Amino acid sequence: MAVLTRAQRRRASVFRWAVLLVLGAFFLLPLYAMAEFSTRGGKGRTLEPWRAMFHDPDLTAAVSVSLQLAVLTVAVMLVLLLPTMVWVRLRLPRLHGVLESLCLLPLTIPAIVLVVGLSPVYRQVTRVFGDSPRTLTFVYVVLVLPYAYRALDAGLASIDLRVLSEAARGLGAGWPAVLLRVVLPNMWSAVVSASFLAVALVLGEFTIASLLSFSNLQVTINLLGKADAFLSVAVSLAALLFAFVLLLGLSFVGAGRHRRSRARPVEES
Amino acid sequence: MTAPLSAGRRWHRPGGATTPGVGDRARWATLGFLPFLAYVGVFLLLPTVVVVVGAFSNEGRFTLANIRALRESYVLEAFWRSVVLSATTAVIGAVLGAMLAYVIATSRPDGLLRRVFTAACGVLAQFGGVTLAFAFIATLGFEGFLTVVLRDHLGIEISPGWLFELKGLTVVYTYFQIPLMVIVFLPALDGVRAQWREATVSLGGSTWQYWRHVGGPLLAPAFTGCVLLLFANAFSAYATAAALVSQGAPIVPLQIRSALTSEVVLGQENVGKALALGMIVVVAVVMVAYNRLQRRTARWLS
Repeated sequence: MAVLTRAQRRRASVFRWAVLLVLGAFFLLPLYAMAEFSTRGGKGRTLEPWRAMFHDPDLTAAVSVSLQLAVLTVAVMLVLLLPTMVWVRLRLPRLHGVLESLCLLPLTIPAIVLVVGLSPVYRQVTRVFGDSPRTLTFVYVVLVLPYAYRALDAGLASIDLRVLSEAARGLGAGWPAVLLRVVLPNMWSAVVSASFLAVALVLGEFTIASLLSFSNLQVTINLLGKADAFLSVAVSLAALLFAFVLLLGLSFVGAGRHRRSRARPVEES
Repeated sequence: MTAPLSAGRRWHRPGGATTPGVGDRARWATLGFLPFLAYVGVFLLLPTVVVVVGAFSNEGRFTLANIRALRESYVLEAFWRSVVLSATTAVIGAVLGAMLAYVIATSRPDGLLRRVFTAACGVLAQFGGVTLAFAFIATLGFEGFLTVVLRDHLGIEISPGWLFELKGLTVVYTYFQIPLMVIVFLPALDGVRAQWREATVSLGGSTWQYWRHVGGPLLAPAFTGCVLLLFANAFSAYATAAALVSQGAPIVPLQIRSALTSEVVLGQENVGKALALGMIVVVAVVMVAYNRLQRRTARWLS
């Protein structure tokens, strides 16, 4: 900012660095401690826990379950939510408020509360679909609703849905074609960001899986902690790093949309 | 359903078929909403109803006994500790998070700093849970990095037991509250316009005066709203506490865990649902206040 005096700018810069250093240290210390802790050997360093991670059958099974849950959750979320949101925007605008409040409702109902009421529901679910941890997909879709809704809503707001769909319909496209070949490609980055958020949330979920006695990644990490602290710390750090890479990647995918939506200048940038 | 009424409003296409059959079309259109409604009904609304109904009943009969059980001193203390824990970490997290958000907001919008910090904040705020508990066990646990360094090199003995109590929860919760604050407060800071600062400076205002009379009052509703959101976040959190605290149930979510997993005393089966209802009430009040403030913020910073 040109109007600030040199002294003001220097003070701002000192403030920036102080905040970044102090909070950066606070955030990095536990992460560094995890790296240090998980590589402790009898003498010197060892990578044993990091190798063992790939050979522990419980753990690899849990990773596989959590990844499947992530994919299933994203699929069900998109199939359920996207057509509904498009339909409500085009044909049922009076239900927009209802849709929004339903989607944001999980923010008001903590997972620990939801799980209390879920046991009778899941008794029926396991009767129909069997006792697989993959049935967690049903409730995970509910957990990701608020985040998915916000991301998709931003995406739908950035395109002229009515014109696009009417043009496609006028050219003879059916609704599935409108969704798959017109809407989806036009709001790809919103779909990607909704999906990534859902993946991160599912991979980190513990409360519901643990209390419904299903085994997923986090439940297994927690159990491992009681048997092998070094391995569980190594896995925790690996999971955090994986989620970080995932979200960092997301910031690049969403970049195009981000720039366009930012018409106004940002302070002091 | 108000289908025929609103149908008239939305379907007056010029020259198109209007009145006859229009109500039908709107009613058919409503069918498109049903799959979503059914899904949310089964997996979100039904469990909520189960909690609310269960809180007021025992073996199918209406009773206030479960609600009365909430007045037991151990329950009240757990609620109090939950509130204190959430409030403390919300305020500390909000103040520190706001500073970090300010630093990020004033850096280059497409710069690496912003990308790395927002991604890291997303991970630490939302992915956390069990993994963060282990992060702090590796740092401040019995053989944690910091514990060992302080003991061996500085001769400072910290008793690591505190990590597994309320004090420990406060530190770990703060660790995920700060990044959440960054995520939720950043949009408000992005809405602050450079011209406001320029106007203040060209009228002779100092940095302090800018924050006191312009920036502060404009951001105050957003800030308060974020504090409420952080409160609700900490109040609802379960995973970290469950992984750290294996004995006793100092806070409400852990009491729900004991109610769900331990042998239940006859006639107390639904106390867990009463506890859950208590949590819904607290979080709902906080979220309503949050939405109010959010709407007020939107008027200035959108």
